[in-house]
Amino acid sequence: MGIQDRLIEDVGLREGVKRLTEDKIEKVVQGVLKGETGARLAAYNEICMRCGLCSEACHFYLSHDGDPSYSPVGKVQQTMAQLIKKKGRVSPDDIYGMAQIAYTECNLCRRCVHFCPVGIDTGYIMSTVRRICHKLGVTPQYIQDTAHSHSATFNQMWVKDDEWPDSLQWQEDEAREEFPGLRIPLDKEGADIYYSVIAPEPKFRTQLIYQAAAIFNAAGVDWTMPSEPGWDNSDMCMFTGDFEMMGRLKRRHFESAQKLKVKRIVMGECGHAFRSIYDMGNRWVAWKMYPVPVIHSIEFFWELMKQGKIKLAKKYPGPVTVHDPCNVVRGRGHHEKLRELVRFLIDGEIIETASNREHNICCTAGGGVINCGPPFKNVRLAGSKAKADELRATGVKTIVAPCHNCHGGLEDTVKRYELGMHIKFLGDIIYECMEKPS
Amino acid sequence: MLHPASSWDWQPGERVVLDSTACPAPHEWQEEPYVSPDGEKLGAIVRLDDGLFTLCVNGTPWEASFDKIWSPRFSPDGRLTAIVQQDGEWTMAVEGETWPENYAYLWSTMFSADGSVIAAAIQQDGEYGLCVDGAPWETLYENANQFTLSRDGQATAAVVQVQSMAAADLAAFQRGVFSVAVNGQAWDRTFVNVYTPTFDPSGSRVAAQVRLNLYDYSIVVDGETWKQTYACVWEPRFNPTSGAVVAPVRVAGSWGLAQDGQIIWEPVFAQCWQQAFSRDGKTIAAIVAPGYGKFTVAVNAKPWAATFPVVTDLALAADGKRAAALGNEYNANWQVVVDGRPWDGVFDMAWKPVFSPDGARVAAKVERGGRQNVLLDGKPYKRDFEQVWEPVFSPDGSKVLIRARDGGKYLRIVAQAADF
Repeated sequence: MGIQDRLIEDVGLREGVKRLTEDKIEKVVQGVLKGETGARLAAYNEICMRCGLCSEACHFYLSHDGDPSYSPVGKVQQTMAQLIKKKGRVSPDDIYGMAQIAYTECNLCRRCVHFCPVGIDTGYIMSTVRRICHKLGVTPQYIQDTAHSHSATFNQMWVKDDEWPDSLQWQEDEAREEFPGLRIPLDKEGADIYYSVIAPEPKFRTQLIYQAAAIFNAAGVDWTMPSEPGWDNSDMCMFTGDFEMMGRLKRRHFESAQKLKVKRIVMGECGHAFRSIYDMGNRWVAWKMYPVPVIHSIEFFWELMKQGKIKLAKKYPGPVTVHDPCNVVRGRGHHEKLRELVRFLIDGEIIETASNREHNICCTAGGGVINCGPPFKNVRLAGSKAKADELRATGVKTIVAPCHNCHGGLEDTVKRYELGMHIKFLGDIIYECMEKPS
Repeated sequence: MLHPASSWDWQPGERVVLDSTACPAPHEWQEEPYVSPDGEKLGAIVRLDDGLFTLCVNGTPWEASFDKIWSPRFSPDGRLTAIVQQDGEWTMAVEGETWPENYAYLWSTMFSADGSVIAAAIQQDGEYGLCVDGAPWETLYENANQFTLSRDGQATAAVVQVQSMAAADLAAFQRGVFSVAVNGQAWDRTFVNVYTPTFDPSGSRVAAQVRLNLYDYSIVVDGETWKQTYACVWEPRFNPTSGAVVAPVRVAGSWGLAQDGQIIWEPVFAQCWQQAFSRDGKTIAAIVAPGYGKFTVAVNAKPWAATFPVVTDLALAADGKRAAALGNEYNANWQVVVDGRPWDGVFDMAWKPVFSPDGARVAAKVERGGRQNVLLDGKPYKRDFEQVWEPVFSPDGSKVLIRARDGGKYLRIVAQAADF
């Protein structure tokens, strides 16, 4: 079975390919291959032995009974290998299928890098396919709308300029009922910590801002949030392949922190945004690393715990299992800190999934896949069967997942496969268990 | 109520303005202090015992109190402003007096250069625009952002959404629903995106970045786009004398500067932004990256030799003969770099360098080990402080105003070169 046998209708992809000709495709492909890729892609293309050892790494392959068209090498063969072999001379229909593979059948989770005997990064190859699709105007509707939102508002959910500080002030009001004197300090120059989140938090997960404020308040953290755009560190443009917009977003994000002269940025429990700020977006801007240090909430909560600044009134009832978000675990190596923190917080064991830490199986939502929206939900959930099987085997009721996309994906997976589990952010557990005013 | 620096107290010496920065009125808590440009006033938000908020200025609370207050700012002419909420509606308070109209939300306080005009963004009934000294635009929009005020305060502009768009309507978005409104009046033309509208020094012209489709960027001036398009652009700026518009542009993966659509700095940089003009318009300086991960400042396209992983806060002397900026290593080991040479000393943080009006001297605020100080031409003031604000030169450039907080007191110091 190949991609042409499982095409899904999407208005973004369909309208995009309607505008294409083979000449245009060839020109764009050549432009990207010659102008934006170099030895890395050429080497990957040359050294891949088509051995298939990457197959067992991929949850789409595992979840589809070993269908080789879902294997990493299979996906490369259906996309980039064709573009290179045919020098970009492919049909619009071919591009439709390539876009569907690159945007919806690969989470850019990079588990396969660990399985490849020569270390080929299929995530990079799929990102380059996405870059080509972006330049061809062939992107799934819902993720493209998110990219539009980023470009117009500097956040991914069309949050308008007033809605952001208004939401923070609303959460501050609410939290003061429980924690008298609590502040969400806006634009506090020189604060130790600039706390950044992603747009779903002010939009519909405001309790996470409330909880973070409660934790920082209790721990005596000197922190601030910016009142102006730059507060959303997320980056669907990185995933659509709109790297120019990715750079614009990261510039705005870091300049808002530089303007406030903060020491560090702490980001909420998001995975992909971490990759954008330390790997992709910053480097497009020409910074080798982030211009202001950014630490993930895993690391920051771990610091607070180590420093004794988090006082618990109780522990969360275990056992639990831990889901390792790809970008902060495989990408950044936070798996042991995550476990130390969870052990601190729970009463009971961590029951590991069969694949864990840097070999964890992806939630199947990351890499922008969940953001491609309803048309691709079923295929996404079919791809998460391998994850569901591992989760079920733990026998626990609680999954700790410090990533927004993972949450969204795992909620769907738990429901689809009737796992009877619930998913918690670290902030959920800390807030629930921390000492609070009587 | 103009209050130019020439009218400030420039008598050398140290004066204790407040023996205690704590508000004497009973209160639950006091927030961060702000000080006036002339250093004569210190204000802070306080939450009073009755649960309401006010601003306490030099130990005296405003008569009015409010349900909420945020964003206290001193105008350049020394008036204390804050955004206040009463009965669920927001407005601006200036020296404790509120604007006559209230709004569903108000934010982004802006001042004219002399402080005589105060403006803010507003939202009322789901529509957006600007409000100048209490008077809103006649036309409000479905959305507006990136608000700006001309130097003299007589003109305002913002990016506005002029056409409605259904959720996830890709085609509508890519046809272009955004424009620029100047004094509330939108240009006829729409764009996919518009960024950083900016006025010329006279406030009569506006330039902005535009995205013409998902791939082609250009610069628009008074509604007319340059003929040339680029893979990306950054903020345009007007030459103060010729009126030409200069913007960073990306060509074949590298950045340079274009003026009115023609390349004036070859695109050879890995990055280029924050260009600044001398008063006569003959000198341009910008932050550039001659190589990946190596940032510095270029003056008239010639980069300094010293590079840093990160460079921020470019300042160009008015005569264009000198430039200064901050170099750092990913937010650590900050250095003040003047004319390409780092001053002695590495700091935990530094603030934008300030040139004296004649360009002969440079001062900068720095922080090390939790203490702050002011450097003049590389030398620290004779003592450090818990907090200082950014230095201000006297009009003749011979003295430096240091506004400082230490030991619970607020100090106003007029320092001379010998004090450093």
